[in-house]
Amino acid sequence: MERVYFDNSATTRIDTRVLEEMLPFFVHRFGNASSMHYFGREAYDALEVARQRTAKAIGATSREIIFTSGGTESDNLALQGVAFANMEKGKHIITTSFEHHAVLHTCHFLSGQGFRITYLPVSKEGLVDPEDLKKTIDKETILVSVMSANNEIGTIQPIRELAAIAHEGGALFHSDAVQSITKLPLDVAKDNIDLLSISAHKFHGPKGVGALYIRKGVKLRPLVFGGGQERGLRSSTENIPGIVGLGKAMELGMKEMEESVDKMTSLRDRLIEGTLSRVNGCHLNGHRTRRLCNNAHFRFDMVEGEALVLSLDMKGFAVSTGSACSTRSPETSHVLKAIGLRPEEGRGSLRVSLSKFNTTEEVNMFLESIGEIVERLRSMAPRGLGSGET
Amino acid sequence: MGYTRKVMEHFANPKNVGEMKDAHGVGRFGNTVDGDEVVIYIKVKNDFITDVSFKVFGCVAAIASASVFTEMIKGKRLEEAIQITKEDVSRALDGLPSEKIGCSVIAPDALRAAVDDYLKKQGRKK
Ligand code: FES
Repeated sequence: MERVYFDNSATTRIDTRVLEEMLPFFVHRFGNASSMHYFGREAYDALEVARQRTAKAIGATSREIIFTSGGTESDNLALQGVAFANMEKGKHIITTSFEHHAVLHTCHFLSGQGFRITYLPVSKEGLVDPEDLKKTIDKETILVSVMSANNEIGTIQPIRELAAIAHEGGALFHSDAVQSITKLPLDVAKDNIDLLSISAHKFHGPKGVGALYIRKGVKLRPLVFGGGQERGLRSSTENIPGIVGLGKAMELGMKEMEESVDKMTSLRDRLIEGTLSRVNGCHLNGHRTRRLCNNAHFRFDMVEGEALVLSLDMKGFAVSTGSACSTRSPETSHVLKAIGLRPEEGRGSLRVSLSKFNTTEEVNMFLESIGEIVERLRSMAPRGLGSGET
Repeated sequence: MGYTRKVMEHFANPKNVGEMKDAHGVGRFGNTVDGDEVVIYIKVKNDFITDVSFKVFGCVAAIASASVFTEMIKGKRLEEAIQITKEDVSRALDGLPSEKIGCSVIAPDALRAAVDDYLKKQGRKK
């Protein structure tokens, strides 16, 4: 069976050009970047090239980039790092109710450490209102953290505006940009961002490697102590092949952004319009246009998400019910709750996320199957559409 | 996600799905919060279940559980059938992920309601 991968918000396939650059660093150029000899210097140079590429892609300088193990660690370092280094200034942090768990769970932890956390609400369309931030920010606020695009429903947040408000209020601004790198033009200078989280495997780089942009002058307390790598902010021997991959994926992603965004946008629109017009009782979650070029998030009345995902899998389509980390839990995702969906509405949600490698034929194949699959599941249900008894 | 081959087989080809117009007993059980629901239809002769079918709204575990459960109770005495527990259902599927064991209870509960309905119709229970 031909398999179609539509779960690119969970992870992406590595670009072979990225892999090629990584390979020598496993076998021939395997030095430790902290060593003085040739092998070490070679590794160090590769590390710095990756740092420059990463910095350049977001309008930063290389000294402002710290490599981590991925988006989760970057979010943790940003939030805990700022919180513990700046607590004499205040202990208030503002975030939103539909952040990734890496941010939310860190906030829960910080609230146990005496920090006050405010969770901004999200509109039905999945957008944060800057007015809400204005109302909540106060003298005690040290950090505002808002994702640039949501990982489930793909909605794009007005981060430039939010960052400006945070700064007026004297707070730092962090954005989890894990889903948006190479899909949205991000410029930390123009967008006024102080901290930005990045994860390589979301844009055709390797898993287990990420970066955190930290604006010069921002004080952070490290999470990992040891040999003092990464300017003492993240000790541990650097994952050189991974970092090389991140740098290359970042460079390629930015260089080819326009073309791949155009391609994904047109596939996404075909997918959204095609699905909505073919299947009764199907709705789009999140704003129609202020969403990532690769995200289509649907809700089907009287269909259960997991049954839908596995039915699609049996036909060869890899999709997701929401965020990859929450599919084990039968509860409605916090993102869908945040946009006001009732549990029974959230049940039938489906995330279809594209990459530059997807094709029109694949979208057409999906459109040919989705109606039939939804109908099969509905035919098993005790109640029909509109909840009239059958 | 850790579903066994057995679960996936029942999910792909569920046995005994559908409404039974001339059922002797119908039982419905569901979870009002997220709308999971199973309806079981039975035909009974001399207190033996001679035919059974079901309709379901729920996750993969709920669908597979209802399917395997209907196979387990066909031909059984009513008293025997209502003794079958969620653990028995899970075992028949070679196990369910722990967070999904709860889904396997809906079918046995729906059967109890169907048996009650049957006995009431017979005037054997108030
Ligand atoms: S039926 Fe509710 S999660 Fe399984």
